[in-house]
Amino acid sequence: MSKMLAPMARVTRVEGLGMATVKLDLEMPDLVTKFTEIFGNDVPKPRSVIASGASAGQIAWMAPDEILDISMTHQDLLDRQNLWYALDLKTKLTWANVSDARAVFEIAGPGAREVLAKLCPVDLHPDSFGPGEMRRTRLAQVPAAFWMPDASRFHLICFRSVAQYVEDVLALSAQGGGEVGFF
Amino acid sequence: MSTRLAKGGRYLDRAEAQSFTFNGKNFNGFKGDTLASALLANGQTLMGRSFKYHRPRGVVASGAEEPNALMNLGSGTRFEPNQRATTTELFDGLEAKSQNHWPSLEFDVGAVSQYASRLLPAGFYYKTFIHPRPFWKHVFEPIIRQSAGLGQAPKSRDADRYEHFYAFVDILIIGGGIAGLQAAKTAGKSGARVLLVEQTAHWGGRAPVDGVMIDGKSADEWVNDTLQELDTMDNVQVRSRMMGAGIYDHGYVLAYERLTDHAPEIGGPRHRLWRIRAGQVITATGAIERPLSFAGNDIPGVMLASALRDYVVNFGVSVGDRTVIVANNDDAYRTAIQLEAAGLTVSAVIDARETLTGDLPNQVKALGIPVHVGRAIAKVLGGKFVTGVEICAQAGEGAPLETIECDVVAMSGGWSPVVHLWSHCGGKLTWDTDHAFFRPDASRAPTSHDGAPFVAVAGTANGHLTTSAALADAQSVALAAAKVFGHKGRAKKSVVTEPNEAAMAPVWVMPQGAGIEKRSKMWLDFQNDVKVSDVQLAAREGFESVEHAKRYTTLGMATDQGKLSNINGLAVLAGSLNAEIPQVGTTTFRPPYTPISMGAIAGEARGEVFQPMRRTPMHAWHEANGAEWEPVGHWRRPFCYKQPGETTHDAVTREILAVRHQVGLLDASTLGKIQVSGPDAGKFLDMMYTNMMSNLAPGKCRYGLMCSENGFLMDDGVVARIDDTTWLCHTTSGGAETVHGHMEDWLQCEWWDWDVHVVNLTEQFGQIAVVGPNARKVLEAIGGFDVSAEALPFMVWQEAPVAADFDGKAAPIGRAFRISFSGELSYEIAVPANRAQELWDKLMVAGEPYGITPYGTEALHVLRAEKGFIMIGDESDGTIIPQDLNMGWAVSKKKTDFIGKRGQERSHMADPNRWKLVGLETEDGSVLPDGCYALANGNNANGQRNTQGRVTSTYYSPTLDKGIAMGLVLHGTDRMGDVLEFNTITTATVRAKIVSPVFYDPEGKKQNV
Repeated sequence: MSKMLAPMARVTRVEGLGMATVKLDLEMPDLVTKFTEIFGNDVPKPRSVIASGASAGQIAWMAPDEILDISMTHQDLLDRQNLWYALDLKTKLTWANVSDARAVFEIAGPGAREVLAKLCPVDLHPDSFGPGEMRRTRLAQVPAAFWMPDASRFHLICFRSVAQYVEDVLALSAQGGGEVGFF
Repeated sequence: MSTRLAKGGRYLDRAEAQSFTFNGKNFNGFKGDTLASALLANGQTLMGRSFKYHRPRGVVASGAEEPNALMNLGSGTRFEPNQRATTTELFDGLEAKSQNHWPSLEFDVGAVSQYASRLLPAGFYYKTFIHPRPFWKHVFEPIIRQSAGLGQAPKSRDADRYEHFYAFVDILIIGGGIAGLQAAKTAGKSGARVLLVEQTAHWGGRAPVDGVMIDGKSADEWVNDTLQELDTMDNVQVRSRMMGAGIYDHGYVLAYERLTDHAPEIGGPRHRLWRIRAGQVITATGAIERPLSFAGNDIPGVMLASALRDYVVNFGVSVGDRTVIVANNDDAYRTAIQLEAAGLTVSAVIDARETLTGDLPNQVKALGIPVHVGRAIAKVLGGKFVTGVEICAQAGEGAPLETIECDVVAMSGGWSPVVHLWSHCGGKLTWDTDHAFFRPDASRAPTSHDGAPFVAVAGTANGHLTTSAALADAQSVALAAAKVFGHKGRAKKSVVTEPNEAAMAPVWVMPQGAGIEKRSKMWLDFQNDVKVSDVQLAAREGFESVEHAKRYTTLGMATDQGKLSNINGLAVLAGSLNAEIPQVGTTTFRPPYTPISMGAIAGEARGEVFQPMRRTPMHAWHEANGAEWEPVGHWRRPFCYKQPGETTHDAVTREILAVRHQVGLLDASTLGKIQVSGPDAGKFLDMMYTNMMSNLAPGKCRYGLMCSENGFLMDDGVVARIDDTTWLCHTTSGGAETVHGHMEDWLQCEWWDWDVHVVNLTEQFGQIAVVGPNARKVLEAIGGFDVSAEALPFMVWQEAPVAADFDGKAAPIGRAFRISFSGELSYEIAVPANRAQELWDKLMVAGEPYGITPYGTEALHVLRAEKGFIMIGDESDGTIIPQDLNMGWAVSKKKTDFIGKRGQERSHMADPNRWKLVGLETEDGSVLPDGCYALANGNNANGQRNTQGRVTSTYYSPTLDKGIAMGLVLHGTDRMGDVLEFNTITTATVRAKIVSPVFYDPEGKKQNV
């Protein structure tokens, strides 16, 4: 009975992003100055993502003791590894390459917010979520995180083992005819 | 007979006719009809049969509270049972069938049981079918299921699509009547983010039908103006055909949006389940009219007074020419006025009250309609339809004074606020004696995390039956809700002109002194065939709690959940117990408010994406090469790779022999890989594992066991020390997330001051095991790192820059671990996951001259069992400690503490009678059945055979060409050579000898070359 309708948003795979999990105590008193010195930006606040200054990468808050460093290429990521160690904090800092552990999707177009709001328990109202925000959340039945590189699109990461599942549910969620008109 | 009126019907578009079928017959209706109104318009008053007695049933209500007119809708992949005709919007091509009858609606064989109804009182099933016990399951239940029951279960896969939607709002308002609209307008003006939802397709609730005037406008005009005003507010969204289904903790609300039920041709999802987080919830859910309990009140043609006027005003449908109205309140007189205005005859109004002072009865009298005060219906005449009523005194026992011929009886026993949503999350009720109903008690509201109320009720649902009070209440509730978010608002009071209504008089049984014969014909619950006499019997038999009485009598069960029967039922129960109604209380209101579709609950989770499946980097290769899959957690792993013509057994045998004699290749990527690092990492791992990990030298590997706090074995795996402060812990495939969580739990909650970081790197690496006598040759062929026994001895790891020429890209740098789960020469190579498939391909090519054979999990299991290696989940089951498995060697005696140490020291854990792991070999070489028990002499107190052990793993070993098994046996390690008898699923037993669990290469020479 249903007609073929244009999808609500364009869902594509993004290849080649470099990512590292950096574990450190984000409440260390000596962190702020050093961080700003090295990365040219403030330490990201909870649920936020910042431009990393030095290169075309982004730095996202993931937990009170965890950062996700995102680079446009694997090489950028490796180049930046030393910047993290240069923080030279009193407590341990762990840098771990997780580029291969992830799959990345782009969700773009006017219906992108609704495509995600059908799967993720996140307030995606434009007043609440825009560029600069980072959400570590759940997409249907798997963990995921997303942010907006600019006002027109989302980047979403998930574990590589469930990439097919995520691609399938995103496609399902983006099917035409499901426009909600909420945002 | 019911028919369509020439004029009227606010909801109808008479220009658009729609055809539909009912029990295969063709009917016509109009756009705007419900299935119920369209059936009535076609003279079809008989709409179903009751649950227990199969009595003929017509529609009673006009909305969500309808208990009778339940239909099987659609067919095939769009079949759905138990759909209320009153809330089913008509569309062209709709197919409906009535339920619960055989062979036809008009003639139902099951209806014979109505003559036997005296034999089917409350608790009949419990009393009759309890003995003999086994008969319930095999004889009684199948027969009862045939005769009772409502709609049929769908047999086909649902063709439609469903989805969820997460929404966050400041204020959610449920109910689009005038109170809900007023609240939305008030809250919207304050600036809060507002969502207003209405379960039907229409706004304004009852107000337009009841002729309410607001601010000098008709209700219809006021509703339209308000909707237009809301439309201009960016912060307000209104949605119809969306029901507030349930309210849960912390402002979580489920709402059920029906997108295409009214127009299947528009496509898109059929239902959408909204999962809303609301700061404040306002329920403006109105009220439901109560039936009156008089003899024969279930005969088709007896319906709620408000529903009757809905059919006239909203749908232009007359249910019958001559109507008798029976009431205990003024509101019912509105029906008389509306019927009269539509040109229909009201034969009489029968009012149980002794005196009438309100404006409405006076208006009715002025219209010349006979009004009988202090009277009741003694009995409704008719069978499949109403033919008349006998009138009696309400105060008496029911001696008939007069008979009035009529086609319709419109009853009104007063109104009950819809308090369901308020109650879902703990809102309490208070009994309002004046109106004889329960209303929300605002001082005992559902509270959120901060102890502050998060649900408020507005309008009629809050017990305000007059329009002016309802609108004022909505304003003050909305302002209070907005204030929670720091929004200030002001609201102008609405000017309402409405008649003065006199108090109602509670009437629970009509007439008051009715005898048993009448009481056993007074229906409380139309859907479940529960009568006044049933509830009274339940009370006499000791079912005094309202919850017990409900379950004993089935009052208020099933799809309508007692929307009509609840208050009447508990009032009768209170009467029987000589208790006050508030003392008896209500049954629990549970979500959803009305049933919602299974599809909406499932949302996207069906078909391919019913559950996420985890794929390794080599998944596609496995699939293309004959993998038979095994689920391991959410992973899929190859059980074996079948070649053309092979059985599963053949494939497993081939793979095992290849590993033992040549070389095998295993995708071990699913193994958990958890990196633990930091100055305190060694100390931390000494707590996590039963054995010592801090003294492991960098570059070395050690097998470790992990136990729960109670000492039970939880996980195992090889730990590799990467550098001074970094360890890599391998876990089982299914245990990675649990172990990661376990570590974080202890670090965050117990040892928060230890400088340790845990990172789950499971998915960063693809891991490939190269296993067998030729393993070294294959790796030498690839080159890139030294795999000699000297450079990479057993239980050592090294960086593995696997040689170049990977599609011209730089070679992946990985790690090679010289570890073995098979007893053979074995290397596990971990490389970044994106490069794992390339390495796999390269190994396949390099290994070809050496007979390289990919193998699956079954071969892995047999190989490890031949060596007596334990498997978490086979040898362990949550009740097993390492000592049971003779693994005391892996439990440190030196460490002062580790997780599980104290548990293992408890008397039951140290008991020498705990069953111990041994190998088992059948005398005839056969394979022992999985999970079978070693028999001991005699029986236990339950008459079951005593046991002295059980099988934990059992396989056919191709290497040894016989069955091998491991099991836990009483004093097993001291009984080598003893022969035990094991049970099978038949009466036969199998004899097996206790042997060492290490069946193959006990000296361990083969893995250490």
